[in-house]
Amino acid sequence: MKNLEGYVGFANLPNQVYRKSVKRGFEFTLMVVGESGLGKSTLINSLFLTDLYSKDYPGPSQRIKKTVQVEQSKVLIKEGGVQLTLTIVDTPGFGDAVDNSNCWQPVINYIDSKFEDFLNAESRVNRRQMPDNRVHCCLYFIAPSGHGLKPLDIEFMKRLHDKVNVIPLIAKADTLTPEECQLFKKQIMKEIQEHKIKIYEFPDTEDDEDSKLIRKIKEKMPLAVVGSNVVIEVNGRKVRGRQYPWGVAEVENGEHCDFTVLRNMLIRTHMQDLKDVTNNVHYENYRSKKLAAVTCNGVDATKNKGQLTKSPLAQMEEERREHVMKMKKMETEMEQVFEMKVKEKKQKLKDSEAELERRHEQMKKNLEAQYKELEEKRHQFEEEKANWETQQRILEQQKLDASKTMEKNKKKGKIF
Amino acid sequence: CNRNDKQYVGFATLPNQVHRKSVKKGFDFTLMVAGESGLGKSTLVNSLFLTDLYKDRKLLNAEERINQTVEITKHTVDIEEKGVKLKLTIVDTPGFGDAVNNNECWKPITDYIDQQFEQYFRDESGLNRKNILDNRVHCCLYFIPPFGHGLRPVDVEFMKALHEKVNIVPLISKADCLTPNEVKKLKDRVRDEIEHFGIKVYQFPECDSDEEEEFKQMDKELKECTPFAVIGSNTVVEARGQRVRGRLYPWGIVEVENQSHCDFVKLRNMLIRSHMHDLKDVTCDVHYENYRAHCIQEMTSKLAQDNRTDSPLPILPLPTPDVETERLIKMKDEEVQNNHH
Repeated sequence: MKNLEGYVGFANLPNQVYRKSVKRGFEFTLMVVGESGLGKSTLINSLFLTDLYSKDYPGPSQRIKKTVQVEQSKVLIKEGGVQLTLTIVDTPGFGDAVDNSNCWQPVINYIDSKFEDFLNAESRVNRRQMPDNRVHCCLYFIAPSGHGLKPLDIEFMKRLHDKVNVIPLIAKADTLTPEECQLFKKQIMKEIQEHKIKIYEFPDTEDDEDSKLIRKIKEKMPLAVVGSNVVIEVNGRKVRGRQYPWGVAEVENGEHCDFTVLRNMLIRTHMQDLKDVTNNVHYENYRSKKLAAVTCNGVDATKNKGQLTKSPLAQMEEERREHVMKMKKMETEMEQVFEMKVKEKKQKLKDSEAELERRHEQMKKNLEAQYKELEEKRHQFEEEKANWETQQRILEQQKLDASKTMEKNKKKGKIF
Repeated sequence: CNRNDKQYVGFATLPNQVHRKSVKKGFDFTLMVAGESGLGKSTLVNSLFLTDLYKDRKLLNAEERINQTVEITKHTVDIEEKGVKLKLTIVDTPGFGDAVNNNECWKPITDYIDQQFEQYFRDESGLNRKNILDNRVHCCLYFIPPFGHGLRPVDVEFMKALHEKVNIVPLISKADCLTPNEVKKLKDRVRDEIEHFGIKVYQFPECDSDEEEEFKQMDKELKECTPFAVIGSNTVVEARGQRVRGRLYPWGIVEVENQSHCDFVKLRNMLIRSHMHDLKDVTCDVHYENYRAHCIQEMTSKLAQDNRTDSPLPILPLPTPDVETERLIKMKDEEVQNNHH
């Protein structure tokens, strides 16, 4: 890094960016999910200080739905010269049925369709107007049972943590005492970790002060919130709160609930980061999966509305990759053929060797057999010889005996 | 519905959040300088960014330059100021306009710019877009010699070849050889010729209506001053009791940062302090989008023509190894066949 001898002036670049962003205005899409009656609409009204939901336009709770719907409302709010187009996405009917299997599917479909819209817009020739309607953050409302997460909570968060920034909230926290809240939070975080659910994580920062702040927020997760549409007077101050016979639960009182923490985090410090993570992580994941899965034809005929669903270069990239894969396949095939041939040859050699071996054995056996035969014959012959000799000897003996007897007889004068 | 809030929600901090992120991320900027040798391009760049980017540079003599073709050279330097980091890339074009026959001497330059666009187009369309490098040229300072009577044919040809690819900021270089009257005449002449030939140089965006009067006045003066007549210097001289960048002549001292001597300060303010980001935005939103649109339209029209939707034509040149592997495969195929018999 070079140090300059004077002031060049590009240190003004961030200001140029600042001005440009103010001029352009901002957009933010916030999704709220949770069962009916958990105070979602009230919380939105409290967060943005606007009556998005009023008597004339009641919140989702008031509208009874048989199936899960996904609805959006847009509002343009201005503050300090900054314009924000805020879109709130509601999911009335979520978790309200008897059988809630797949009640998350409409939500997933909605998020994916917004990603798809953006992907198409990005691939068009004319990209002047690219509105960003992707869901930047999803507030998930957990009922304050005090026990832990419900199976539905776990199912939902597991299916959505790869598609959107999930921020779990404990709703209607004014039904829990501080101790109960503490235990409940611990339990929830434990279950979140057990099920490997990836909730929105605050980015690391080098600033010491900021990291202290962030650590404090992390310790309070999940945030326990209370919302209110009503302004009450407490000790001469006008505050948003809920009037009970035993006291007033103040929405913006840090000791009563984590509402201010949520508001500061969601709006004042990390709104841009939520958008960036959506753009750089969730959207890119969606895009990679989508592009990698498209067939080599490139244009999916069933979805084609007269425009390319994938940029031609990605298509070419696809082709090139296919080509490389084909080459690789051919290479492996050829190697396989080669191996097979080598094996064959080896087998042949082995076979002929075995054959030779066998023949050798055979010949040996034959020889041995012959040898044995010969032995037998010789043995026989010897026996015969022996017999014959014995016989000869006997004959000899007999002859001798006979001659002896004749001699004897001669001597006796018997011979005339 | 459109509401104004009575209480403070807090999203007014959004621009600050953006500001912080941008500081953290750092900035990058690619500046191209083009013009004949000896017009003071390197000196001006050094003066603008207060860094010596061209140490140990070897200057070629005329003989060596006979056979030289137009090159593209890049110098990158990381500079920091008040916690803001800038990765500055200067693209130089040595050899431009130096030959006897300068026909199409801008071609290597247009090719370079197109290559950067193409690279970005590929990266943007790829699967993994985590670390895309933006090498696109954000601004081209074109140096017009002060010696002639306005634009020369090569100046006109160059600017017309590039005005739809990059933000062109024409400058009158070595303005210290012109008297104030001569400067004014030359500027008027150049402005007329630019209009006459339909050259689209970089236009300063309109001032915001909510700007202070002083700023608006400055902005107006800036616009009336174009093309800027600049002087650069690598040396520090003593003038009026201060040490300043300047040129020491027997008849006086020319101060680079003296607004009555030249428009250097105006150029610096415009280029760096107030419009650097806009130059980048115009490159991204206009020049690059034009390139991209043109590319896509070419591709789709060719696809439609050939009616072969299952194998797209490689409009952009694919690397040659594919031919090599084909040949290898053919060879191996034959080998296997031969072994079989």
